[in-house]
Amino acid sequence: MTEAVHHRPHPRPRDYWTIAAILAVITAAEVAVTYVDALSAAVAPLLIVMSITKFVLVVGWFMHLRYDSPAYRRLFLIGLVAAPLLLGAVLFTFGVLIGS
Amino acid sequence: MATEAVLVEEHPDVHHQRKIAMWTFLGSEVLLFGSLISTFLLFRNRTLGGPTAEDVFDIPFTSISSFVLLMSSLTMVLAHHSATRRDWRQMRVWLFATAFLGLTFLAGQVFEFTVFVEDGLTVTTSPFGSSFFLLTGFHGAHVAVGVMMLLSLAFMSMSGKLHPERGMNVELVGLYWHFVDIVWIAIFTIVYLLQV
Repeated sequence: MTEAVHHRPHPRPRDYWTIAAILAVITAAEVAVTYVDALSAAVAPLLIVMSITKFVLVVGWFMHLRYDSPAYRRLFLIGLVAAPLLLGAVLFTFGVLIGS
Repeated sequence: MATEAVLVEEHPDVHHQRKIAMWTFLGSEVLLFGSLISTFLLFRNRTLGGPTAEDVFDIPFTSISSFVLLMSSLTMVLAHHSATRRDWRQMRVWLFATAFLGLTFLAGQVFEFTVFVEDGLTVTTSPFGSSFFLLTGFHGAHVAVGVMMLLSLAFMSMSGKLHPERGMNVELVGLYWHFVDIVWIAIFTIVYLLQV
């Protein structure tokens, strides 16, 4: 029963090296965009998109969440969904309601 | 009791129960770091006349630290891969490499903190300083715990105490280590890059 849940074979070492290279390139791009004045208006969205991409690559491939049981994914998602809600609640409460 | 029964039924072997426990722990850690990041965002502009992020942050230096931590995720996953192939010698090499990269990151953080203190930013300077040191310090503590776990695994393996059936331990420590890495991905973007 449980074995049936394991869908895809895990990546090979070559795949891990490829992911690491992509992560390195994205990190370099993140730093680069902060120094390009022409991109100043788009820096924040660009950085957030690149950061999310790195996050997904590490969680999906290095942590094998893409390949493992969906039960693990669901557990982690609870935290991932709750964290932005918490962040929003804190910023709203102290930033707007209390006006700290 | 009912929940326990369901878990046992869905995940009859210990492997899955332990991974369930680890993922639950990591989910709760997301909330911990989420609250610390929220606190930082709330206080990031409250410098009380002390140094600001732009005054003290050295982005090229922190970028290298980030790169080191990212590469430690690669060595960690290679250690796990070696463990699944029961290549214990190779696994130890990658575990030591991961620990070394983790220690390099920590050394960079200590150096960075020292420079910040010399520049006048301490944990008591301002709400910005307090929330910054609290967040990055907590992350550094997690890295330190991870390094200890990595070295424990490597030395256990060398002394023959890491039996093949305990190969799962490498995967669990690996999950923790990768988590520390993804937290830094968020911190690097939110705390460093978006503030300068």
